[in-house]
Amino acid sequence: MSETRENGIGAAVRRKEDNRFLTGEGRYLDDINLHNQAYACFVRSPHAHARINGIDKSEAESAEGVIAVFTGEDLAADGIGGLICGWGITSKNGEPHKAPPHPALAQGKVRYVGDHVAIVIAETPEQAKSAADLVDVDYEELPPVVNIADALAPGAPQIHDEAPGNECYDWEIGDKAATDEAFAKASHVTRLEIVNNRLVPNPMEPRAALADYDPGTDMLTLYTTSQNPHVARLILSAFVGLAPEHKLRVIAPDVGGGFGSKIFVYAEETVVAWAARKIRRPVKWTCERTEAFLCDAHGRDHVTTAELALDDEGHFLGLRVSTKANLGAYLSTFSTAVPTYLYATLLNGQYKMGAIYAEVQAGFTNTAPVDAYRGAGRPEATYVVERIVERAARDLNIPPEEIRKRNFIPPDAFPYETPVIMTYDSGNYQLAMDKANELIDRAGFPARRAESEARGKLRGLGYAAYIEACGIAPSAAVGSLGAGVGLWESAQVRFNPTGSVTIHTGSHSHGQGHETTFAQIVSDRLGIPIENIDVIHGDTGTVPFGMGTYGSRSLAVGGSALMKAVDKIVEKGKKIAAHLMEAAVEDVEHNNGVFSVAGTDKQVTMAEVAFAAYVPHNYPEDLEPGLDETAFYDPLNFTFPAGTHIAEVEVDPQTGKVDIVNWVAVDDFGNIINPMIVEGQVHGGIAQGIGQALLENTVYDAETGQLLTASYMDYTMPRADDLPSFNVETTNTPCPHNPLGVKGCGEAGAIAAPAALMNAITDALGVEIDMPATPEKVWRAAQSAQARAAE
Amino acid sequence: MYEFEYRKPASLDQAVAMLDEDAKILAGGQSLLPTMKMRLASPGALVDLAAIPGLSGITVAGNTVEIGAMTRHAEVAASKEVAEAIPALADLAGKIGDRQVRNRGTIGGSLANNDPAADYPAAVLGLGATVHTNKRAIAADDFFQGLFETALGEDEIITKVSFPLPEAAAYEKFVQPASRFALVGVFVARTGSGVRVAVTGAGPGVFRATALETALGGSFTPAALDNVEIAADGLNNDLHGSAEYRAHLVTVLAKRAVAAAR
Ligand SMILES: Cc1cc2nc3c(=O)[nH]c(=O)nc-3n(C[C@H](O)[C@H](O)[C@H](O)COP(=O)(O)OP(=O)(O)OC[C@H]3O[C@@H](n4cnc5c(N)ncnc54)[C@H](O)[C@@H]3O)c2cc1C
Repeated sequence: MSETRENGIGAAVRRKEDNRFLTGEGRYLDDINLHNQAYACFVRSPHAHARINGIDKSEAESAEGVIAVFTGEDLAADGIGGLICGWGITSKNGEPHKAPPHPALAQGKVRYVGDHVAIVIAETPEQAKSAADLVDVDYEELPPVVNIADALAPGAPQIHDEAPGNECYDWEIGDKAATDEAFAKASHVTRLEIVNNRLVPNPMEPRAALADYDPGTDMLTLYTTSQNPHVARLILSAFVGLAPEHKLRVIAPDVGGGFGSKIFVYAEETVVAWAARKIRRPVKWTCERTEAFLCDAHGRDHVTTAELALDDEGHFLGLRVSTKANLGAYLSTFSTAVPTYLYATLLNGQYKMGAIYAEVQAGFTNTAPVDAYRGAGRPEATYVVERIVERAARDLNIPPEEIRKRNFIPPDAFPYETPVIMTYDSGNYQLAMDKANELIDRAGFPARRAESEARGKLRGLGYAAYIEACGIAPSAAVGSLGAGVGLWESAQVRFNPTGSVTIHTGSHSHGQGHETTFAQIVSDRLGIPIENIDVIHGDTGTVPFGMGTYGSRSLAVGGSALMKAVDKIVEKGKKIAAHLMEAAVEDVEHNNGVFSVAGTDKQVTMAEVAFAAYVPHNYPEDLEPGLDETAFYDPLNFTFPAGTHIAEVEVDPQTGKVDIVNWVAVDDFGNIINPMIVEGQVHGGIAQGIGQALLENTVYDAETGQLLTASYMDYTMPRADDLPSFNVETTNTPCPHNPLGVKGCGEAGAIAAPAALMNAITDALGVEIDMPATPEKVWRAAQSAQARAAE
Repeated sequence: MYEFEYRKPASLDQAVAMLDEDAKILAGGQSLLPTMKMRLASPGALVDLAAIPGLSGITVAGNTVEIGAMTRHAEVAASKEVAEAIPALADLAGKIGDRQVRNRGTIGGSLANNDPAADYPAAVLGLGATVHTNKRAIAADDFFQGLFETALGEDEIITKVSFPLPEAAAYEKFVQPASRFALVGVFVARTGSGVRVAVTGAGPGVFRATALETALGGSFTPAALDNVEIAADGLNNDLHGSAEYRAHLVTVLAKRAVAAAR
C-alpha cells in the first residue's frame, strides 16, 4: 500500500467514538427508557436439576405494582418456540447431534442454577424483584452432574430424555489410520492431559433488553445487547416465531463489550419481546451481575488427552487428540461448532504436523450453557498444541524455540493444506519467532534466571507460536460443515449531497472501534475528511442485513464489503466525472477522491461528483441519480493470523505467587488499518488470556451444582496491576485473498497468552499444572519440585 | 435494595436515641450498602454518623496515635504523622481495597464489622490498641470475638481507637486474588511489653499467633521462625486456599514482616 495519508489506512487515528464514551454520552441499553415502560425480573431456578411439579403465581400476581406473571405454559399457549442451535454436527456414526428442546421459560424441568422459570413484570424494578420471590415453584430435586467426565460416565444423572448418557455428539476429524501409522514409526511419543478451564465472559455492560410493540404498525421493536442484531432478528422471527421478519426491528445500540457472549439469542430478550406485545407496554430487563455469572453463556471447559509422535530429531510425525467438551445444560446458539470446527481444525498449529486425528465427545451437564468466548475453540487448540510441543521439547532436551523452528511450515509452502481441512493462506512463522526472541532478549535469559535464583525466586520463559482462523467465513464452506447461516458481510456507502458520507455496516462495534477504522478506509480511498464520515451499525431498521461481529471478522469481511462498495462508488463517480469533464469514461482516473483525465489538467473532486449526482442538472443521460452503493462480500477463505508470544515469569516458591515480568507479542495480522486500535486489541486479548491462565476459574459445587464463583468476591478478573507492560510488535504477510490484505486481530491475545504463560510457569517450576495457576497450586508444585530435587 | 429511612443525627446522644431496634449505624457504607444492595440486609433505618462533630481525625500525642472512628482509610494512609509514628499502620490502611473504598471506608466501620479477612483488626490486635465507644474503653484482646462478632452492645458506637507506639512493626498482606481482602495478613509488633503477632484472613476471626510471639520474644529475627509452624486445624479452607496453605503463609508472612519491621 502507498504511503500513509492523514487519517487514512495505516494511521494511528484516535478513536472517533471515544469522545462520547469517555464523556459519559454513550447510549447503552439501560440508558434507553420508553414512555410507560414496565420492568421485568426473572424467576430463576435455585436448583441445578429439578422437576417442576407446579407453579403457584397467585401471590406474586397480587403483589404491589405487579402487572403480569408468565410461565412456560403461557409462552407455549402463544405458540412461541424454543431457542435454537444453528450449527449441525454429525457424529462418527453418521447421526446428527442431539438437540433437546431449549424452552425460553422452563417446561416441567430446570437444568441449571439460574435456569429461567417465570417472568414477573411490574411498575418498578424493585417491585418486580420482590414479587419474583413470591412465585411459588414446587421443585422436586434431582441429582445434578456438573463435570463433563462425570456426565458422560455410565450411571450419571440423565439431563435430557433426548440425549441418552448426556452425549450431544461424538465427532471426529482427520485420518485415523495415517495417524496410527505415524505413531507406530515414532521414536518418541509425548503425552499430555490438560484441562481448559471454564470462563465467565464478564463484559463490562451486562446484558439487557427493552421491547416495545406498536399496535398501529404491528411493529415489534427490540433493543438488545447483541453483537449481531440481524441474526437475532432472523432467529427470533423464523425459529422462535415472535413476529414476521419485516415486523420485527432489532436494535443493538452502544454495546459495552461482548467477547462472544452477546452473539447468542437468550431466553430473556425472547420473553421480554413477547411480553411487551402481550401486555401492550414497553418491558425492560437489565441483568444483574450475579445473573450474568449464572446465565451468560460461558466459555471453554475442555478435558483433553493429547499425544505427539516425534522422530529422533524432534520432527513431528503425528498428533492424536481426544477431547471431552462441556456444553452445559442446553445448546446455546453456536455452541456445537466451537469444540469441533472452530477447535480441531486448528490443531495443526504452525507446523508440518504429519498426520492428525482428533475426536471430540461433547455432552450436557447441569451448568450454564457454554458457547463461543473470545477465540472460541482456537485458544483451546493453541493451548493443546503449544503445551505439548513445549513438553516434547523438554522430553527430548531440545530448546523450545529450536523444536518449533524444525517443524514450522516454511514461508514458501503457502497456500498450505493441513490434515484438518484448513488451507493456510500466508505466513512467515520463523520471522515472528526471531523477532520475539530478539525483543525479549532471549540470549540474556540465563543471566536473568541466575539473578532471580540468587533472590530465592524461580524464573521461567514460555512460548506460544499460535495460529487462528479468522475472517469467518466462506459461506459455502461453512454450510458444508453444518452452519445454518452464510457468513458474508454487507456495507453501504451513502454520499449526502453536500459530500459527507454515511457508512452503513452489517458489522457491529461493541468496543472494536469500527466507527474509526471503517471511516479511515473510506477517507483513504475517497479523499473525504474523516470528520465528514459517520458509521451506522446495529439497527435492522436502517442497516442492510449483516452477520455481525465475532471471530475477528469485522475488518476482513465487513471491511472487504466496504471496499467493494467504495469500488462501486468510484465506478459510478467516474461516469459522472467524465460527463462533467467532457471526457471519455475510459480516460478518467481516480485517486483519493480526485477524478482526473490522463494527460490533462482537468479534474473534479468527489464532493463535486456527489453534488452532481444529487442535483443532476448537468448529468449523463443514461445514469441513475444519487451516489449510494451497497455491496455484499463473501470471503474466499478464512484468514490466518499467527505469531509468537513469549512470557517471562518470576515465581515466589514460598507463596506460589507468579509475577509476569516480561511479555513480548509479535503478531502477523496482515495489513493494518489503525495500529493504535490493533495494539489495544492485542493488549485486551492478552489480559483475558492471562486472566484464564492465572486468575479466572468457574467452579460449580459437584454435590449441589451451585455456582461457587458467582461474584467478583470469588471470580478473579484480571486487573491492571496483574499485568506487565506489553511489548507488542507486528510482522506483515498480507492476506492474499481479501481486498484490504487484512487478517483480523481481535482474539489473538486471548489465543496466544494462556499457553505462553503456562509454559513459562512450567519452565520455572519444572512441573506441569493446570490453569488457573493460583498461588496455592503453584506453591504445591514448587514444593513437589523441591522434594523431587532433594530425592 | 429495600426501602429504608435515612437519619442524620448531630450528636452522639441523638444517634443513640435514633438507634431503635430496626436501625443500623452507617459510616462509610462500604460493607453495609453492598449487603443491602444484595438484599442480604434490610435495616428499616440508617443512622449516618457523618454529621457528628469530633468523630474524625488523627492525633499523635506522647506515646499514642488516636484515630477517630469516622476517619477514612485514605486519610490514615496519607497521614505523615501516622507514617512517622507507626509506619506499619499507614501502610496497612493503604492496602485496604481500592481508591474508592479507601476514600469512603472508615476505621470504626471496619472494626465494628469485623470481617474475618479485614485488615484493620490485625493492626488493632497486633498493636494492642484500645477501642473507645460512647460507653467505655475496650482492649483489643477483648474486642474481637470471632466471625463478624465484637464486644459492642446494641447501641454502642465506636468513637475512636488509640494505638500505643510500638518499637517496630510491619504488616504483610497476601491477597485473596478476587476480593483482594486478606487471604492471610500478619501484623507483627515489637513493643515494650513483648512481641505481638496478629493474624487476619486465616481463621474465622483475627487471632494472635502465640507460638510465633514466643519464638520472636526470644529473638526478633526471621530465623527465629524457621521451625515454627502454625496448626492448620480450625483455619479457613475454601476455593482460594486450603487451611494448610494458609497456615504455611502465616509463618512466611510473619518472617517477612519481622524483616520489614521498623
Ligand atoms: C470493593 C471493596 C473492597 C474492600 N477491600 C477491603 C480490604 O482489602 N480490606 C479490608 O479490611 N476491608 C475492605 N473492604 C471493606 C472496607 O474497608 C469497609 O469500608 C469497612 O469494612 C467498613 O467500613 P465502613 O466505614 O464502610 O462501614 P459501613 O459499611 O458503613 O458499616 C459497617 C458496619 O459497621 C457498623 N458501624 C459503622 N461505624 C460504626 C461505629 N462507629 N460504631 C459502631 N458500629 C459502626 C455499621 O452499622 C455496619 O454494621 C472492602 C470493601 C469494598 C466495597
